[in-house]
Amino acid sequence: MSHASHAMDAPHGVREGSMHDMHPTTTGIPSRKVALWTLIGSECLFFASLISTYLVYKGKSLVGPLPHTESQCMLHGQMQACEPIIEIPLVTFGTAVLLFSSFFIVLALYGAQKGRRGMLIGWLGATVVAGLFFVGMQVYEFTHFFHKGMGYSTNLFSSSFFTLTGFHGSHVTAGVIWLSTLLVLAIRGKIPPGKSLNLEIAALYWHFVDVVWIVIFPVVYLMR
Amino acid sequence: MDAHAHDSQAPGAQHAHPTPGLYARIALILFVLTALEVMVFEIAGGHFITSLQSVVAPVAVLILLVLSAAKFALVAMFYMHLKQDPRLLSNLFVFPIIIAAVIIISLVVLFSYWRKVGAL
Amino acid sequence: MATSVLEHAPAIHQEKSGLWSWITTVDHKRIGILYGTTAFIFFLIGGIEALIMRLQLMRPDNHLVSAEAFNSLFTMHGTTMIFLGVMPLSAMFFNYFIPLHIGARDVAFPRLNAFSYWVFLLGGLFINFSFLLNAAPNAGWFGYANLTERTYSPGLNTDFWVLGLQILGIASMAAAINFFVTIVNLRAPGMKMLRMPMFVWMSFITQILLLLAFPVITVALVFLMMDRHFGSHFFLPEGGGDPVLWQHLFWIFGHPEVYILILPAFGIVSEVLPVFSRKPLFGYTAMVFSGAFIAFLGFGVWSHHMFATGMGPIADSFFAISTMLIAVPTGVKIFNWLGTIWGGSLQFKTPLYFALGMVAMFIIGGLSGVMHSSPPADLQQTDSYFVVAHFHYVLFGGSIFGLTAGAYYWFPKMFGRMLNETIGKAHFWLMLIGFNLTFFPMHFLGLNGMPRRVYTYAAGSNFEFWNRIETWGALLLAFSLLLFVYNVVSTMRKPKTAPADPWKGATLEWLIPSPPQEFNFADVPPVNSSTPAWDLRRAGGGQLPEPKRVSGAGIHLPSPSIWPVVTACGVLGVIGSILFTHMKGWFVITLCGAAVLLFGIYRWAFEPPFPEEH
Repeated sequence: MSHASHAMDAPHGVREGSMHDMHPTTTGIPSRKVALWTLIGSECLFFASLISTYLVYKGKSLVGPLPHTESQCMLHGQMQACEPIIEIPLVTFGTAVLLFSSFFIVLALYGAQKGRRGMLIGWLGATVVAGLFFVGMQVYEFTHFFHKGMGYSTNLFSSSFFTLTGFHGSHVTAGVIWLSTLLVLAIRGKIPPGKSLNLEIAALYWHFVDVVWIVIFPVVYLMR
Repeated sequence: MDAHAHDSQAPGAQHAHPTPGLYARIALILFVLTALEVMVFEIAGGHFITSLQSVVAPVAVLILLVLSAAKFALVAMFYMHLKQDPRLLSNLFVFPIIIAAVIIISLVVLFSYWRKVGAL
Repeated sequence: MATSVLEHAPAIHQEKSGLWSWITTVDHKRIGILYGTTAFIFFLIGGIEALIMRLQLMRPDNHLVSAEAFNSLFTMHGTTMIFLGVMPLSAMFFNYFIPLHIGARDVAFPRLNAFSYWVFLLGGLFINFSFLLNAAPNAGWFGYANLTERTYSPGLNTDFWVLGLQILGIASMAAAINFFVTIVNLRAPGMKMLRMPMFVWMSFITQILLLLAFPVITVALVFLMMDRHFGSHFFLPEGGGDPVLWQHLFWIFGHPEVYILILPAFGIVSEVLPVFSRKPLFGYTAMVFSGAFIAFLGFGVWSHHMFATGMGPIADSFFAISTMLIAVPTGVKIFNWLGTIWGGSLQFKTPLYFALGMVAMFIIGGLSGVMHSSPPADLQQTDSYFVVAHFHYVLFGGSIFGLTAGAYYWFPKMFGRMLNETIGKAHFWLMLIGFNLTFFPMHFLGLNGMPRRVYTYAAGSNFEFWNRIETWGALLLAFSLLLFVYNVVSTMRKPKTAPADPWKGATLEWLIPSPPQEFNFADVPPVNSSTPAWDLRRAGGGQLPEPKRVSGAGIHLPSPSIWPVVTACGVLGVIGSILFTHMKGWFVITLCGAAVLLFGIYRWAFEPPFPEEH
């Protein structure tokens, strides 16, 4: 049985993306895509507040460890000289992996839109693996810092560092869960070109998470 | 913001429709920019090409901001498709970024520890 | 108005009733009513908190309540009125009328809409639950560090406050995304942005402010929570932290928040004044741009709440100038409202009274606000009753009067009955007099040196006279609200006989029956201006036919869903678990909450939003 006339059909405006949108939209952009960009805009303010605090407290820690300079740390009950705690090589590699994961997911989306299932599954799988690697790198880094005497509450640097990178990492983790769900759907053939919007939206979120790291990496790791 | 057609059938000039090849080139540029960032850090710290340290160190922060802004723009415009997408979506991103930048700069200035107490 | 084949079909679209249908509803109109009812109850609770304070302050050296209890009263009064009163009352109107105003069937994400309501309800219950444990928040609605740190606030009070606000923040953020996308994307053909009703414009700007401001307080609350539970020193000087950072982060949120509180009321007044003056809104475009300018500039004035923190002359000057500047677009609005009623054919009905009352009271509140904008003057006024006067004039005189105008204006549409005019006018006059008796003398008390947030004052301090007047004023104000409640309750007993368009309104909601059918519009009429109903009325020779109720057969409506409720419970579980960090194994509660949250999200994501097609 056909629908009664939807008098609210936009007179023109080809619907972009998938059939998931039952109703045409005023802008021609699917509502979920607009919603995700709105969320991204809001998240910019969230990370800005965390980054501001990191910068405001930079150099104001009362005790070490410090990111790039030597300092005095409380270790084993005594104040001792301690080394700068940031180690560039691993985090640089993780940064590169996260950057490449954005490339992978763009390819996965291309595959989804063109109906190339192998391309979709392969590159989406690669994205998930890259994301897991990044999270793993962070977990390793945090554990390593902890063993070197920097816990969450050790000093202002540690608290602001762990809060900022921790929230970023949890955003990555949420993204990995989301993408893994989509990967399972893709393997089951539930992401045909008509439903590629689902992946497009997840990909936008994923790129945003990458973009936040593009800001965090120099600010935290590369600025003395 | 009235309804407008986004023509998804346009034959792909690279500007109208990115190809995997373009995406790959962007990935490479991102990688190179990241390597440059690390290089700036190491030079400024005197661990690499020490002769350049005195030149680079004072402007290291500026160079890093420019490099990261470039990476940001590349991911946003190409991977996030903003270059081809309706302007509304770019605005949804840019406007909050401006407010965010204002807040970061304001807080840093208000708390800058080189100020004498009460002198700002 | 186009006739439709639907009009002749038998009525088969029955709206469901019963508790379950309300729990699983995704209909924006029902969600609006849920918001409004819940918010009004919280508003009354906040009012009782105020009355107790006023009774305590009626006499010097009074002992009706202890100092500690008084701290909880002013904290909860402020928190309740802002987050559980004004904001959700505005949300009632966002929910009910934004889709109707733009000619849509519902919001962009109906289940997300329901989710926002349930999270709001759970958050409001959570924070008030603290009263039962004698641990109500007691460090002010603005929670200044380091009073709110564990050293000085060792109990659960501040934890209830921090966590409650986080929960409520999620509700606001979800709703803001929803309404933002709805306004951008679900407008009827012909409904260009610059033809939208002013209520929609002000609501749109409010959503943008919500989206940009709430993340900042979220971060501030996270830092405070980390300090209290996990040993950090974000706001603790003994660890190098700066308590003033809390104030910055809080007010970067807090100032846009006050615009969030007032803009919807501005929007309502901009709807009511034209209809009851039988004249279009004066300067529509200027109203839009001044609203947008207020919002944008609102992010640049926050430290005017901090003139007494020693920021230094340059920072003080910057924020003083930006604050003075923001008076300009506000003034534009006031003049445009006056321009609207000037020369109009005034219909002296209750909505008009409250709208005019709002304008008048807001002018007074705005004047005292501009007085605060000068740092030297503010050093005298800050932390005194002068500030209490100012913000009650803008928040009560502004927001509440505006929302009340909306209530009287839109009640017939929402409930199909007309509120009693005589009682309405009595409500207005008694509320106006009571309000001014309560709050105007606070200007004098403040300038004479009575501080804020004091539970008593000494005999002979010269504060007695005005405090007594204020308490009588507050009781009169409370009585006027009882009149309103009586009006509503007695009106709801009457049959639904209100016409579709009792006020000769200008906007789309007046073209459908009162109350609307579930699907809102069978056919959306053409929109060629910002006053489509007036256009149709003019085309019809001054008459509009009473719209018929139709069957709605074949119209697809989103299915009800339980998953928003479940997901909301997950949110409560995760955030509320932080209350228990002093117990071993507290993290198990977090994990259980997360499990419920994830379960809710997955079931929601995989549930088709519409009934399956055959």
